[in-house]
Amino acid sequence: MSHLLEVIDLEVKFALRFGELTAINGVSFTLDKGERLGIVGESGAGKSVTGFAIINLLSKPGYISGGKILFEGRELNRLPEEEMRKIRGNSIGMIFQDPMMTLNPVLTISTQMVETVLAHQNISKADAMDLALEKLKKVHIPSPAKRLHQYPHECSGGMRQRIVVAIALLTNPSLIIADEPSTALDVTIQAEIMDLLLELCETEDMGLILITHDLAVVSQVTEKIAVMYAGKIVETGTTEAVVHDPKHPYTQGLIKALPGSLQPGARLNQIPGMMPTLTDIPAGCAFHPRCTISDTVCQMEVPALISIDDYDRMAACHMVEKSFP
Amino acid sequence: MFAFILRRIIQAIFVMLVISLVGFSIQHQIGDPVRDLVGERVTPAEREVIRDQLGLNDPFYIQYFRFIKNACKGDLGLSFFYKKPALEVIVSKAPATIELVIVTAIILILVSIPSGIYAAIYPKSWFSRLVMAASTIGVAIPVFLTAIALIYLFGVELNWLPSYGRGETVNIWGWESGFFTWDGLKHLVLPSISLSSIMLPLFIRLVRAEMMEVLETEYIKFAWAKGLHRQRVWFIHAFKNTLLPVITVFGVQLGILFAFTILTETVFQWQGMGFMFLEAVERSDTSLLVAYLVVVGVIFVVVNTIVDIVYGYVNPMVRIVGTK
Repeated sequence: MSHLLEVIDLEVKFALRFGELTAINGVSFTLDKGERLGIVGESGAGKSVTGFAIINLLSKPGYISGGKILFEGRELNRLPEEEMRKIRGNSIGMIFQDPMMTLNPVLTISTQMVETVLAHQNISKADAMDLALEKLKKVHIPSPAKRLHQYPHECSGGMRQRIVVAIALLTNPSLIIADEPSTALDVTIQAEIMDLLLELCETEDMGLILITHDLAVVSQVTEKIAVMYAGKIVETGTTEAVVHDPKHPYTQGLIKALPGSLQPGARLNQIPGMMPTLTDIPAGCAFHPRCTISDTVCQMEVPALISIDDYDRMAACHMVEKSFP
Repeated sequence: MFAFILRRIIQAIFVMLVISLVGFSIQHQIGDPVRDLVGERVTPAEREVIRDQLGLNDPFYIQYFRFIKNACKGDLGLSFFYKKPALEVIVSKAPATIELVIVTAIILILVSIPSGIYAAIYPKSWFSRLVMAASTIGVAIPVFLTAIALIYLFGVELNWLPSYGRGETVNIWGWESGFFTWDGLKHLVLPSISLSSIMLPLFIRLVRAEMMEVLETEYIKFAWAKGLHRQRVWFIHAFKNTLLPVITVFGVQLGILFAFTILTETVFQWQGMGFMFLEAVERSDTSLLVAYLVVVGVIFVVVNTIVDIVYGYVNPMVRIVGTK
């Protein structure tokens, strides 16, 4: 069976005055129908850029400089703008980080919902309105008919994110890309939004790419994980395997940094150092200056992402490679 | 809406009190009304009697209070030159100025919004570069120079357009209007173009800068991600947000336009309030000057109130605050 989404060797560059910066350097992954993938990493790892590259909406100096994005059998990065527009918000829905900023402050909820339907379907305004109402009910918004006629500032943050989810659902997309959908919300609301996303993906059989820095959130919702570092995937596998038995030292660091694994009152673990900026990515393995087990080979050679067991498990680390001959 | 209007009226009253205080202080300090009335040949003792009769020896605040009382009845004093109530003189001159400002405002809106939006959407096109360069130069050229250049080109050399006066006007319920005759409209062209030339660069740059900022926001990115047509993203999503700050600045600048009419009206011999103001300054016609200040103050307040109401229509957050 062919995949819903297949990203092959994606490369994204930012053309700046003093030269080009590589933000994404050879990222590959696949997603099947109804499958949920988490992309994890610290800020600046290229998670969001990957998400925006899929729908070809990179911010200005950024562009896709190599690789392929296959979605439902079409090569997205080769499509003309108008064909791409028909896919955006139609078969690929997007959920952004901060619901306070995502909705247009001067347009009513109904306007922002109806226009999305009308941009992709040839139906009447009244029908589009019914559809909007139906989707608002689906995301469990209290008194949805009243909400429709309100402006974004009349709704709370959690409510707005539900509305954004409802907008993404309007056209029954086969894939939703959620870029840090719960980061800007309270912890309790976070959990509600994640539960909602999980529920909708299961009932509607939608694929989900969940971009987040929060491993706890990912392990709740997704089936697969890709861990990104400095524009590359350093480890992938099933969520179960990656969370319980991380192979890459970076993933291990991330998991150790979760407060849940500690006694109350103990100091939080952290990975020493910072993610390198795009201008000075270290030679060899980009993680080696922060790595506790790095060797001379790590400073010289870029480790390849290779299979390390019989399943879908892959990691890019010389040290791991050594122990799995 | 009612509460909003009511609050606005209270604010307006406060603003008018401040303006009248400034105006009255000026009148109080400049010139001696007794000498204006009786001339040089009256003895100081007799003058003192007249001063007492006119209440000019009363404390400042009593005189001010009297001034306010009269002003509320529509009496802003007599113009020495016209020998008529100052308010009457100004009201007869106001239509010329108001029509000039209206046409100027229309030019400003029709030119600055489309070119500002275009320059924001295609910042690298030759049109955008041209507009930006022209607006830099435009800011630096004073209005009388623009006016004289326009008169020379279109009035003298090409002889296409009249270069002074209002031309033929029609009297509609006491309002001398140049809008309804071909001649009156032709006379409006050059003055309104030169008056708009002061503000045009500012507005094009303002619209462009605001629009560029809005285009970078998350909600515009989300609008693209929803797969909307680009016309809808630009003209509904981005433009409506661009308008908010533009409307605010427009309201303030519209008031300032009234001030700039002084120069424009003088160059074009336009028989409006600005032209009258300069004449009044030359003749030390203080009542007329104070009346001018008060009337312009009223216009300013009214214009800003209208602008605020329009703003409320575009910005839903203001509307809520206003109705509660």
